[in-house]
Amino acid sequence: MPTISRDEVAHLARLARLAVTDAELDTFAGQLDGILESVASVSEVAADDIPPTSHSVELVNVFRDDEIRPGLAQQEPLAGAPAAEEGRFRVPRILGEPE
Amino acid sequence: MTTDLTRLTAAELAGRIRSREVSAVEVTQAHLDRIAAVDHAVHAFLHVDAEGALAAARAVDQAEEPASALAGVPLALKDVLTMRGAPTTCGSKILEGWHPPYDATVTARLRRAGVVILGKTNMDEFAMGSSTENSAYGPTRNPWDLDRIPGGSGGGSSASLAAFEAPLAIGTDTGGSIRQPAAVTGTVGVKTTYGGVSRYGLVAFSSSLDQAGPCARTVLDAALLHEVIAGHDPLDATSIDAPVPPVVAAAREGAAGDLRGVRVGVVRELSGEGYQPGVLTAFDRAVEELRRLGAEVVEVSCPHFTYGLSAYYLIAPSEASSNLARFDGMRYGLRVGDDGSASAEQVMSLTREAGFGPEVKRRIMIGTYALSSGYYDAYYGQAQKVRTLITRDFAAAFEQADVLVSPTTPTTAFRIGERVDDPMAMYRADLCTIPANLAGSPAISVPCGLSEDDGLPVGLQIMAPTLQEQRMYRVAAAYEVARNDTQGGPLLGRVPELEMISQ
Repeated sequence: MPTISRDEVAHLARLARLAVTDAELDTFAGQLDGILESVASVSEVAADDIPPTSHSVELVNVFRDDEIRPGLAQQEPLAGAPAAEEGRFRVPRILGEPE
Repeated sequence: MTTDLTRLTAAELAGRIRSREVSAVEVTQAHLDRIAAVDHAVHAFLHVDAEGALAAARAVDQAEEPASALAGVPLALKDVLTMRGAPTTCGSKILEGWHPPYDATVTARLRRAGVVILGKTNMDEFAMGSSTENSAYGPTRNPWDLDRIPGGSGGGSSASLAAFEAPLAIGTDTGGSIRQPAAVTGTVGVKTTYGGVSRYGLVAFSSSLDQAGPCARTVLDAALLHEVIAGHDPLDATSIDAPVPPVVAAAREGAAGDLRGVRVGVVRELSGEGYQPGVLTAFDRAVEELRRLGAEVVEVSCPHFTYGLSAYYLIAPSEASSNLARFDGMRYGLRVGDDGSASAEQVMSLTREAGFGPEVKRRIMIGTYALSSGYYDAYYGQAQKVRTLITRDFAAAFEQADVLVSPTTPTTAFRIGERVDDPMAMYRADLCTIPANLAGSPAISVPCGLSEDDGLPVGLQIMAPTLQEQRMYRVAAAYEVARNDTQGGPLLGRVPELEMISQ
């Protein structure tokens, strides 16, 4: 099993949208390596012909009648938002600055 | 001398309220007073809703007919379930001060049953942990020894019971977060069959494993609470549309103390190296007690349980990395770095960095790794196959036995701080509880005496097949009565007195 480097932790943090600090990179690199080394024991199990289980109960599609049900009033979810404007969630800019 | 209402069981309290011997308001006030007097030392609660609790109690006192067998009984709700009128934080800074606009189904059912919700209990952040030390709001302390952990993630719920702040609590169990806290605090905790209790309004950690369940000081109280919260819910697509197993009747039947005809399987793989000697001695005595009650004891082997911990610490973080993506600082909770020039992506990263604690970050990154291309088959895919093998081990074992037993956790309560820098040591607290989560089957932890080596509580875990909860309640209730008889009353009778702040 591959070991996990400081650079790889930085890559994972980017993928997971975590602005980790340099100090955290050092701590996490060692800890993640230890955890992954430990959980890698799942590979010892001979399971080539074993079907995977994603869910312990069989999942079936659930239908309901297409009826109007009361929902939340607009201001209820907005009351918990970090920023709201004109009855909507206000978010930071989505697009990058022009280079 | 007046009775201390906080020492009564939920069943006793409900009976006295029903007969109008005491009012629900008096019962609620007694528990609010107790919280005010001892929670400075225990820190079981993140939020106490005195006003809401008293209003709910008044409604019970004014009702002509009791709404349920638990009407008027106070309860502590884990802060991972939403409740209108109170904050839900999941023990995380990222949700600090968030007031959910809706009730979880569990919360709604409690309200409908006239159960009085006292407040929200402390927990490891997003239910990730085995000690409650991962709460962003500081640890909860174990009433048996305030320098020790109350278990986790539901340490606030277990400690509130052991500190007599509430006779009932709700926990959630993804890898042991109800049963391990119950074991280390000398209380009762039940993980129900996956799909047995609605997950609507339960903030998701690992959706294929999370289950809410009852926590109490006696087996009967847990059964009464079980019947209030369980049952099909159209708002949860994974909720099982089947009758709730007759657990109250089973607890009453078990209390008669006759286990003749019941086959109990001792799981060979859940003992030995890494288990505290005092835990194993207490467990062996419990098995002996079951035999005296008439049960037939057999040894069973579940060879793949050994890999349960590894499979769990791949599956749960994988699901968590996806579930926790919703905490992006856009629709609720914390937002950091929104200075008018930063992009949404930068704000997300800064918010998540500031809002999540180290264990949550570790698990999100482990999950992100396990799901990445190139590693998926070796980690996540293989873990899912191990999950199949563990389910098959259970099926084979339940051919030979009606219930399976093991210690609930390998050690008694460890000291606060002892395992915080060693994630794997922390994870091993869930060694015995994880298999039932992976298989989706139910299990209960019931107090089984104090460990000889440190005088701290030990838990007996009893596992049953899917939707066969009545089996484990029957055995647990029989054992509880026998243990109380041979060991001088309920274990919690021996919990040290807490220092009280006078009113």
